[in-house]
Amino acid sequence: MSDFDVVVVGAGPAGSAAAIELARAGRSVCLLERGPSPGSKNMYGGVVYGRILDTLVPAWWEQVPVQRWVTRRSTMLIHDEQALTVDFRNPGWGAAPFNGATTFRPDFDAWLAGVAVDAGAVLVCSTTATGLIREGGRVVGVRTDRPDGDLRAPVVIACDGVNSFLAKEAGMYPHTGAENFTVGVKETIALPREVIDERFAVRGDEGVDIEILGCTGDVPGGGFVYTNATSVAVGLVLSLPALAAGPDRPEELLRRLKAHPAVAPLVEGGEVLEYSAHVIPEAGYRMMPELVGDGILVAGDAAAMCLAAGIWLEGVNFAIGSGAAAGRAATRALARGDASAAGLAAYREMLESGFVLADHRRLRDAPHLVMGDLAQRGLPAVACGVMEDLFTVRNPEPKQGVRRIVRNRMRRNGIRVRDAVREGLRAVRTFG
Amino acid sequence: MSASSYPEISFEARMATVEFRIDEDRAHITVDDTICRDCSTRGCITACPANLFVPTAAGGILFNYEQCFECGTCYLVCNREGAITWTYPEGGHGVVFHRS
Ligand SMILES: Cc1cc2nc3c(=O)[nH]c(=O)nc-3n(C[C@H](O)[C@H](O)[C@H](O)COP(=O)(O)OP(=O)(O)OC[C@H]3O[C@@H](n4cnc5c(N)ncnc54)[C@H](O)[C@@H]3O)c2cc1C
Ligand code: SF4
Ligand code: SF4
Repeated sequence: MSDFDVVVVGAGPAGSAAAIELARAGRSVCLLERGPSPGSKNMYGGVVYGRILDTLVPAWWEQVPVQRWVTRRSTMLIHDEQALTVDFRNPGWGAAPFNGATTFRPDFDAWLAGVAVDAGAVLVCSTTATGLIREGGRVVGVRTDRPDGDLRAPVVIACDGVNSFLAKEAGMYPHTGAENFTVGVKETIALPREVIDERFAVRGDEGVDIEILGCTGDVPGGGFVYTNATSVAVGLVLSLPALAAGPDRPEELLRRLKAHPAVAPLVEGGEVLEYSAHVIPEAGYRMMPELVGDGILVAGDAAAMCLAAGIWLEGVNFAIGSGAAAGRAATRALARGDASAAGLAAYREMLESGFVLADHRRLRDAPHLVMGDLAQRGLPAVACGVMEDLFTVRNPEPKQGVRRIVRNRMRRNGIRVRDAVREGLRAVRTFG
Repeated sequence: MSASSYPEISFEARMATVEFRIDEDRAHITVDDTICRDCSTRGCITACPANLFVPTAAGGILFNYEQCFECGTCYLVCNREGAITWTYPEGGHGVVFHRS
């Protein structure tokens, strides 16, 4: 006997999206969450790209809990005490259908889970799935830590996040080496609204997203600053093996970022409201597990679908996209009475034909490129050096040509033209 | 890099900003210190964002599960089979984020 048509494990964005699709198709669905409420275990940088919600929750922007709408995106390259920033403003992103919103995950995830509940899903919080129930090699439910807590269903959708013990238990997850992961640490710092408006040069509910490269010392990674309504989020994403090799701890690297002359004026002075940490499946496409098994689908971070590619750090939209696809594929399989891997195979096809796997496949080399030495050290050093040479007026010395400046700066940083061209071509192939 | 113009918060104050609903009955992560004694990499010490792995004078590791983010960093960086036994806390327990 089944308790539900589907058990969805994890009420993050992936799980809630899956539950919405299933409940709307009239299926009985249990949405299981180990935290006391959806989002209580989850942290991220700070921006949700909401367009994926267009079909799932029409006019979502009228209901979603928003801190600020991002109308300004910057990419900052830091070298020693210098910084070069490319700054893009688009007031158009401040009106429907919008682009990115800063929001707190406990708010956003609870809201999206609420949409699932309104559609008819049964949300069960404070309950951890502790393992899979299997019969004849087929997944037929999950065990939980509640007394008599077994939940049986012909389909289980694992949306249990980056550590996905369910996908691992199902034998679907071979890429668990530390080199595939980064850890994010972040401080949320309270600042008055007017102070944020002034420091970041925005008004009303406009917000800013700054991605930073070259700010993580000897540890490959990146940094970010996001504006909320009355707080800013400042954090780092750090490669696990390098962090483990030491000697610097995450909070020390974060302290250095906060003290940088380009960052300190933005974040200093406020009280730290919350410190948080979470792991990211950095390697994306190259580390993805099997997505479909007999009676089981894997979606979101559990399937390494977070896109961590330097100027992009997007996971919530990929989680929603993949979760919704999993919900639709499960609906189809149940209608045909075939929850085997073959019956559920439409899931992979949906992801292939949509943005989830298209973006990931195209950008499969991006995480490696961005975490490489050239992007981490060479690019920020040369870019800042070139700017220094271009804009320092050394009269009575005459100005130098740009080509010469670039060549000199590359030489001074030990970068060979050959290597730069090779990496440049790889970057063009990847991002182009 | 220049010094910032305001005092950095202590690690204790930093962790005091986080809510932990501690399960007094069960440690969700345990560390077998006897295995740590022959570990030369000791990646957990610098990598754990909550700084919960403390080296002891005897060459082992002192671990306390209470203020844990449940992030997974420690078991991912540890390459000694059996040193870390890692599970999620029981439902409703552990870290609770509010503004992240
Ligand atoms: C530092 C950092 C910055 C980021 N910045 C951004 C950003 O700016 N924009 C963006 O779009 N993405 C960002 N991401 C990525 C994004 O957070 C993830 O890709 C996204 O949260 C994935 O959603 P998910 O639903 O797959 O998993 P999660 O959000 O991790 O949700 C998984 C859920 O499952 C629950 N769970 C896990 N195991 C069990 C179990 N056994 N039983 C019951 N429940 C369980 C968890 O409590 C959790 O609620 C960032 C991530 C980090 C760490
Ligand atoms: S927990 Fe693992 S990495 Fe840390 S000291 Fe023990 S064996 Fe080494
Ligand atoms: S899960 Fe994260 S916070 Fe908890 S002990 Fe391991 S590394 Fe530290």
